[in-house]
Amino acid sequence: MIPFKLNDKNVEVDVQPDMPLLWVLRDLMGLTGTKYGCGMAQCGACTVHLDGTAVRSCTLPVSAVQGKSVTTIEGLSDDGDHPLQIAWAEHKVPQCGYCQCGQIMSAAALLSSNPKPDDTAIDNAMQGNICRCGTYPRIKAAIKSVAAKKVGGAV
Amino acid sequence: MSTLQNVSRRKFLKGMGITGSALVLGAALPGWAPVWAQSNKASELNLFVAIDADGTVSIVCHRSEMGQGIRTGLPQVVADELMADWQKVKVVQGLADERYGSQNTDGSRSVRHFYQTMREMGASARTMLEQAAANRWQVPLSEVAAKDHQVWHKPSGKHAGFGELAADAAALPAPDISALSFKSKADFVYIGKDLPIVDMHDIITGQAQYGQDMRMDNMLYASIERSPVIGANIDSLDDAEARKVPGVVKVIRMPEQNIPVGFSSLPGVAVLASNTWAAMQGRKKLNISWQQSPHGEHDSAAFQQTLNKRVQEPGRVFRSVGDAYAGLANAVQTHEAQYSMPYLIHAPMEPPAATAVFNDGEVEIWSCTQNPQSIQNTVAQVLGIEKDKVTVHVTLLGGGFGRKSKADYSVEAAILAKASGQPVKVVWSREDEIRHGYYHAISAQYFQAGVDDSGRVSSWVQRTAFPSIGWTFNGTADEPSDGELSLGFGDLPFALDNLSCETQKAEGHLRIGWVRSVSNIHHGFAIGSFVDELAAKLEKPPRQMWHELLGPDRMVDPEPEGFKYSNYGDPKETFPIDTKRLKAVLDLAADKAGIEVPQKAGEAWGISVHRSFVSYVAIATKVKVEGKKVKVLEMHCAADCGTVVNPDRVKAQMEGAMIFGLSLALMGEISVKEGAVQQSNFHDYPLLRIQQCPPMQVHLIASDAPPGGVGEPGVPPVAASLANAIYRASGKRIRHLPINKHLQV
Ligand code: FES
Ligand code: FES
Repeated sequence: MIPFKLNDKNVEVDVQPDMPLLWVLRDLMGLTGTKYGCGMAQCGACTVHLDGTAVRSCTLPVSAVQGKSVTTIEGLSDDGDHPLQIAWAEHKVPQCGYCQCGQIMSAAALLSSNPKPDDTAIDNAMQGNICRCGTYPRIKAAIKSVAAKKVGGAV
Repeated sequence: MSTLQNVSRRKFLKGMGITGSALVLGAALPGWAPVWAQSNKASELNLFVAIDADGTVSIVCHRSEMGQGIRTGLPQVVADELMADWQKVKVVQGLADERYGSQNTDGSRSVRHFYQTMREMGASARTMLEQAAANRWQVPLSEVAAKDHQVWHKPSGKHAGFGELAADAAALPAPDISALSFKSKADFVYIGKDLPIVDMHDIITGQAQYGQDMRMDNMLYASIERSPVIGANIDSLDDAEARKVPGVVKVIRMPEQNIPVGFSSLPGVAVLASNTWAAMQGRKKLNISWQQSPHGEHDSAAFQQTLNKRVQEPGRVFRSVGDAYAGLANAVQTHEAQYSMPYLIHAPMEPPAATAVFNDGEVEIWSCTQNPQSIQNTVAQVLGIEKDKVTVHVTLLGGGFGRKSKADYSVEAAILAKASGQPVKVVWSREDEIRHGYYHAISAQYFQAGVDDSGRVSSWVQRTAFPSIGWTFNGTADEPSDGELSLGFGDLPFALDNLSCETQKAEGHLRIGWVRSVSNIHHGFAIGSFVDELAAKLEKPPRQMWHELLGPDRMVDPEPEGFKYSNYGDPKETFPIDTKRLKAVLDLAADKAGIEVPQKAGEAWGISVHRSFVSYVAIATKVKVEGKKVKVLEMHCAADCGTVVNPDRVKAQMEGAMIFGLSLALMGEISVKEGAVQQSNFHDYPLLRIQQCPPMQVHLIASDAPPGGVGEPGVPPVAASLANAIYRASGKRIRHLPINKHLQV
């Protein structure tokens, strides 16, 4: 049994310890908001937070989250009202949407460590997340809009 | 002819996820006639609109959503003509059903081919609600009008909601389409507006369901090892170790397949397990030896050289004006160039996936598909059952780009569900997607142009060679089809005295398929680059060179010149090749970008323009070249797509197309050795990342022309605009893509 905290709830899973967290979340826990895109930490579709830091769940053995806290897109906010989710809707970011949970999770980790990232900081934090549909300009604009509000103290 | 049927709708509507509806409107396409769902012969009805007693309007989207916003776009047209309140509209995804007409969501034609039908559907329902109100109030029809989800009696101010009227409306005969009145453009409240996509909330909260996300009780997850070379079946299999992997439940051999494979499954071995990871681990333990294939010798680098040589020799002439060879012989100056582009793959963010359940001779499938009817047909054929025993649900698609028009992965799921007796989800890995795709054809082009003594480019020879999509389906095609030559090559819109359009041989060695904008990708690159080369050679500004070649405003018709031009399946009268529209987008992009404004050393703009899918797009790209490194600094897109339903989604498609075009031009290459694809994942098939993405703007030309394509036409001019910018910035002309073979990107 591997115990960890998932979206603020204590859970335990009985699986092979080398099974990547991605498949534990998707196939065993039914949390399919975390996506599979490459399985080798190349695309960011599977991004979740581990103790608040963005990690690629496709290459993270579930044994490595023992006793730690995992947040997925389903646990990021109560009803899609995280400031980034609101900004994503306002900027009409998604096309197919498949990459977007991973994008939002990467962006959320960025803003919690750096509330006012410049272009380079955004590029650095987001370069592990591929969007094949091509929503990068809007992703950037959405992140910046949240960062701008943060400075004003509105969020 | 409208038909009134007498009916209980319950079972049928339940199947659509609609309950308790009163007014239900369907259509039999093409040239549809509305019918009421008043009969228990539900199978005769093809449902598009239903209105509940509580006023909820359900609108069926029969096309697949893959990021283009069609689940919003088509319903927004219906809702506008219906005068419905968008907040009360529910979008229902249509099952595979040929009575919807084509559901094959490719070719950039969802709005192009269904805009008018959707308007008729909305206007019919509105007319019936109005008639029901007029009957109820005993007033003339001319005194009532629908607005804001209600019907109003103008003189008295009486009104009734759609929901209240639905039952009465359902009892009325359907109106004659020719008698329908349509809203004028000035009265549109949704058409032409930036409505947010209906799936927004689900997407950003992780609730959206894609093909990869299907889960069912008792479901097995399948990972399939497929033959690395096309045409090779299994020689021997040892699956003992695979079966020992914890979680592995079954190992099943896929049926043999010989060329042509078409949409069938590939030969291989499926490992079925209780979760995806176990299936993937088990698969690694398979020990398979493969038979020889005639394509086991295929080497893309050698084949590229062959094609490059072939296009330098005269080929089969398929369109001709004057005498191009005499024109070149008499020219005061000539210029020639040869271009090439490797195989490419779609790489949608979501790899293919499909889930199937087989029960009592019937199969039910959930697939992220662009073409549910093709699944229905292929699965019926492969399993030897009737088509009506195959139900296909369409999930959201995590990108498609043409890959998901192919039924192969859904066929795999159906075969495995039948063989295992359990629900099966076939999960394609990224490696599977890259190695077992339907590839964009490797290609070569050659051009020679001659300038006459007036200084005008008047003679032109162009040749193209690439393996045909036809090969995938017949195993024999060895040169491009007329349909493929119609994609940005045989439709060359230039004013020339002498023209020879030719094609050369190219055999198939991989499954060739259609990738976003298809042959326009290489043709747009080659033609757009060659025009810029001519401009440089003749020392003319690129904009002027394009204007001279495009010539006077006119409609270009390649047919009298011997070419059976397919025009994207649309009539040339409604959708002509209009040089005025080409020049308009060219000028708009050039002006917005300011391509003639002097730039810093090492920086420059490049431009190109291309018509495809009956839309017109120009792209201007600015780059900086420093030593061996190129950086894209800024892009502008000008597009004329005719009437636009949702401008924001059109802009998003153009943004996506610019990024798709940059990916393939900068880094796109699938190479093949000994018949097998060499790449496997994003580390060796890289896609554009955020730090490589320039700021970009899209400028739409306002137009009342009928809607043109949107999803694909933004791609073809990108590679040329980029290569042209690199030349202008550095003097380096890149004729062989991708650019990262020449410069660091
Ligand atoms: S699936 Fe984990 S980074 Fe791509
Ligand atoms: S929105 Fe489709 S991959 Fe990003």
